[in-house]
Amino acid sequence: MKKKTVEYGKYGYMFIAPFFLVFLIFQLYPLIYTFYLSFVEYRMASGKLTDPSFCGFDNYLKVLKSHDFMTGKDVWINTIPMNTIKNTIIIWVINFIPQILLSLLLAAWFTDTVVKLKGQGAFKVMMFLPNIITASSIAVLFNSLFGNNGPFTLIVRKLPGLSDYSFLNSAGGTIGLIGFMQFWMWYGNTMIVLIAGILGINPSLYEAAMVDGANGKQQFFKITLPLLKPILQFTLVTSAIGGLQMYDIPAMFNVNNGIGQPGRVSHTVTMMIREIAFSQNNDYGYAGALSVILFIFTLAISMIFFAATRDKEAKQKHAVKKG
Amino acid sequence: MTNSGTSVDESYTAKIRAKKIFRTVICILLCFISIFPFYVMIVNATLPSSRIQQGLAFIPGTEAIKNFTGMLRETAGTATSIWQAMLHSVIITVPATILQVYCATLTAYGITVYSFKLRNIAWSFIMAIMMIPAQVSIIGFMAFMKQIGLYGSYLTLIIPAAAAPSTVYFMKQYMQSALSVEIIEAARIDGSGEFSTFNKIALPLMKPAMATQAIFAFIASWNNLYTPTMMIADTKKYTLPMFVQGLKSDAIRINYGYVYVGLTLTVLPLLIVYFVLSKYIIAGVALGGVKE
Repeated sequence: MKKKTVEYGKYGYMFIAPFFLVFLIFQLYPLIYTFYLSFVEYRMASGKLTDPSFCGFDNYLKVLKSHDFMTGKDVWINTIPMNTIKNTIIIWVINFIPQILLSLLLAAWFTDTVVKLKGQGAFKVMMFLPNIITASSIAVLFNSLFGNNGPFTLIVRKLPGLSDYSFLNSAGGTIGLIGFMQFWMWYGNTMIVLIAGILGINPSLYEAAMVDGANGKQQFFKITLPLLKPILQFTLVTSAIGGLQMYDIPAMFNVNNGIGQPGRVSHTVTMMIREIAFSQNNDYGYAGALSVILFIFTLAISMIFFAATRDKEAKQKHAVKKG
Repeated sequence: MTNSGTSVDESYTAKIRAKKIFRTVICILLCFISIFPFYVMIVNATLPSSRIQQGLAFIPGTEAIKNFTGMLRETAGTATSIWQAMLHSVIITVPATILQVYCATLTAYGITVYSFKLRNIAWSFIMAIMMIPAQVSIIGFMAFMKQIGLYGSYLTLIIPAAAAPSTVYFMKQYMQSALSVEIIEAARIDGSGEFSTFNKIALPLMKPAMATQAIFAFIASWNNLYTPTMMIADTKKYTLPMFVQGLKSDAIRINYGYVYVGLTLTVLPLLIVYFVLSKYIIAGVALGGVKE
């Protein structure tokens, strides 16, 4: 019998082979190659790609440093590519904070056993709906609805002092709407995840709390929230990682020649990577360096998360041992 | 046990009823916000451009067919028509979905059923790469595909689907409860080969999970914009999300009804699929979320 299991082991490798083969060729190698490209000069020159030649940190300097011709000084960090990271983070924050708060509130309402809401199934279906619609269609739809002749712009223009307001010419209007679209597309998803999390909490905890006379608010803050923390952290990290890669909506909403308007405020990192790869002499080295910086940001966020949860688990185990 | 008792009860139920009404109103409002933009889109698709420019309209008009033919006429000038774009999206999405779900099930099965030396390492590896987004390696991917002559081919959008770690994760979770080792061992005794055991015995048991993951894989691939815009430069090969960009061009903008009718055509298939499958989709999201 034992001999047989050893013999079967090779099938394990055969079953996982397609996944790992495709992963190595189409994902891992391109990732390593991106790192390599970030250290070489590799771009279009007179219609042909140059042979890659090592150039140290030159590509990173293109990302991190720019020369101000007015003052004749070098500017660090406050460069066009680095500002796209800032833009991306701003859009993510204005979408995520209301998203998590509303999702948490709705999840608490939907799982409330005292105030039982009717029609929850229909509510969930409709609140989740925007999530599955093609993001580029949504961005173009909002561009039509909030554009300069759009019906919602016409309504806003009727307000006092806003007779020539334009969402697309205003940085706040554009960023606010992109953040809103992200929020609108994702709060239903987050809410469903949180509801599943709350339903996974042992009901006897709530029963015990009720016997002890805890009200709904106390139950939420003393039981639900602490036990939901791992799922909240998971939501935070996946949303942050996804948010850093944001492309579809800003790339379709308010752009001119692929540049996020007005004045680049809605230009995100992934849009910048595309811009460099397709214009600016197809400078793959420069685009690679920005990709690596994006990767480091993404990795840092995951690391912080895993460190935070591991620490918490260790503490919990410690506490259990003590008890 | 008399008056005061009932009045406390009454004020308590009244309080709950008030809360219930308040919460229901907020939920209805949110549902309205979810639906309203699509409603305006569909209404505007049936109106003449002159009416759309006057402001928000709630009642559908009679210009739907006129807008539709107008939109087709104006977008005919672009390299990819809406029908071609849909066809391209189907050509990419269907094989990608099948490949993603089949390979993920294969991988999950290999790790669940067999014990081999690298099993735990392989599993930890899959968990670790789940967080790496495709966007960070797109430049290397582009350059590599140009070198081996695959750049611009739909294969660059289909093959990578075979390595979807989150689908593997979901499949493994499901397999642990739906598949027993006894069944596999019984099949072995009956002389079934390992791969036919997988295809004939394991796959049918995994159907519900595969269906859920197929829905998600399909929608993700159908809606994907970033990878196609990086990998497909030929305007004749545009997918549906890429086609949508063309609806913003000045040629289409001459009549706002054209824009809305074009958008409606891209959104409507998804709306229909969603209302048929929403039960499974929402259950799938809830299952996928409880990863802790």
